[in-house]
Amino acid sequence: MNKPTKSLSVAAAVATALAAHALPAQAQENEKCFGISLAGKNDCAAGPGTTCAGTSTVDYQGNAWTLVPAGACEGVAWEKILPEGRDGSLEALERDVPA
Amino acid sequence: MSDFAPALLDPTLAIPPGLSDARGGPADRRFAVYRNNVVVSLTDAMATGFPVILKLVGDEFFRAMAGVFVRAHPPDSPVLARYGAAFPGFLETFEPVAQLPYLADVARLELAMRAAYHAADAAPVAPDALAHPRLMEARLRLAPATRVVASPYPIHAIWRANTEADAPPAQGGAETVLVTRPDWDPWPRPIAPAAARLILALLADLPFAAALEAAGDDIDLAATLTLLLDTKSIIAIEVPE
Amino acid sequence: MFDTSPPSLPAAPGVGYKPQHYSDILADPGAVGWLEVHAENYMGDGGRPLAQLRALADRFAISVHGVGLSIGGEDPLDRAHLDRLKRLVDWLTPASFSEHLAWSSHGGTFFNDLLPLPYTEATLARVADHIAEVQDALGRRMLLENPATYLDFDETTLAETDFLAELVHRTGCGLLLDVNNVFVACTNRGERPEAYIDAFPVEAVGEIHLGGHDAQVDDRGAPLLIDSHGAEVVDPVWQLYAHTLARTGPMPTLIEWDNDVPAWPVLAAEAARANAMLAEARP
Repeated sequence: MNKPTKSLSVAAAVATALAAHALPAQAQENEKCFGISLAGKNDCAAGPGTTCAGTSTVDYQGNAWTLVPAGACEGVAWEKILPEGRDGSLEALERDVPA
Repeated sequence: MSDFAPALLDPTLAIPPGLSDARGGPADRRFAVYRNNVVVSLTDAMATGFPVILKLVGDEFFRAMAGVFVRAHPPDSPVLARYGAAFPGFLETFEPVAQLPYLADVARLELAMRAAYHAADAAPVAPDALAHPRLMEARLRLAPATRVVASPYPIHAIWRANTEADAPPAQGGAETVLVTRPDWDPWPRPIAPAAARLILALLADLPFAAALEAAGDDIDLAATLTLLLDTKSIIAIEVPE
Repeated sequence: MFDTSPPSLPAAPGVGYKPQHYSDILADPGAVGWLEVHAENYMGDGGRPLAQLRALADRFAISVHGVGLSIGGEDPLDRAHLDRLKRLVDWLTPASFSEHLAWSSHGGTFFNDLLPLPYTEATLARVADHIAEVQDALGRRMLLENPATYLDFDETTLAETDFLAELVHRTGCGLLLDVNNVFVACTNRGERPEAYIDAFPVEAVGEIHLGGHDAQVDDRGAPLLIDSHGAEVVDPVWQLYAHTLARTGPMPTLIEWDNDVPAWPVLAAEAARANAMLAEARP
């Protein structure tokens, strides 16, 4: 695209944006309050002081680490949706993704 | 303190000498209170800072993993609102989550959200200012909260599925997420790669024409500008003298 | 030295501010006359935390309470952190600034806990220098809080109350008397908390703290109390507070609740209880 044409198309895009923006704001509709979890964590006191978290470590590089993730992504086979390794339809993958 | 400090994070080290329970007895369980306070409070800070990672791996796993992280990467600043910058890199190499390769980028998105939350306030320009006759030469200043996180994984969909009650299950491939803060709450939104290239170029201080060049011809410029206006992200339009 | 008549906290109950209570506090503060915030949670560049703090400061006297300066540390004070603190204090001009007789950083690592130090001539000189440096940087007098401690150092030669009195003498700082910390530390040492209060340099006290603690036992079955700030103030601590007020007279009194933070009415009820005791302490 040559320069004058590009300027014209930019002007058109700006005009479209201004018109769209004049519509009722849509940006806010999904807004949620995450404020408390993001607010900061400096306190005067730690928890109730049970003494095991501070005195036990697990060597995760050895065989001692037995925990496995047990949250929303348990059992997920995510390598399936790697862009380069994609080998199935989205429909087929849906059951594999974290909810 | 040169004995006390390292023993706080490393429970294999002996209790420092010269400590007692005030009646001349051993201080073992008493020193353990400090060890516990340090690791629990930092683990709590991680749980607060990365709620989606916590949800993805579960509470027990998260706290155990955070226990490894906080010992390997304790804070270097007392401001815990900034703690955890090393977490994405840690997640990329932490063997027990090797089968969850998307975690690092989800953590990057959570860090971007937190940074946006604490970023400086800035008033947006009047939208009409965008209709400037010399826009192509101008520099568009974006709000300090603006962040872009790109990933080969659907990180916005994952974030949403673990944050919003009625969100659909995450699916799909690569996503690039724009984080803005229209008012006080950070707002993540997936954007097209070309829109991301434009925004990153604007953040890198390129004039608008050069940023457009960087974005490439496949950009939906009207939609991108609408999004920047709606999210109050354009805070100045500076035209050279 | 420093302006001796800055805005001060009222001799009323205050609470440790938590963002989840923002609307409740503005709608129904009850007996709460002032708020305390942790300095380190307000060191961002902007956003809701600072906007809320500014709005609260229009209604309430604010106490800025630092938890990360490591005044009791061996390392030099973190100048970058002191600069952040100065920026906050200059912007807010709070009624009070306080920190702890404790360390939290060493060798560039921040441990996020209020860690103990031995009380010796050497540590006294170092802490006094740090307090003077803080007061010079901020251009105001600060309050120093007595710590909750869980163990003792063999090398300690000075009683904590004497250590604090000497710091007041050398630096002109004031003291924040945490009555729960007194109860916790004295119980952990097998000492009477009343005796500690009686030995405390009360003329320097500018603020009192009350909070909840957790009770455990040590290796030998002796009581081991932990300053957890996760529950109501217990009756023996209220009694020690009454004993304290008899010496200090009415004082700004903070209810601290940092873990398992309750709904606002629970916190407001604790403040009301402190308020009733403050009323009794008035001449």
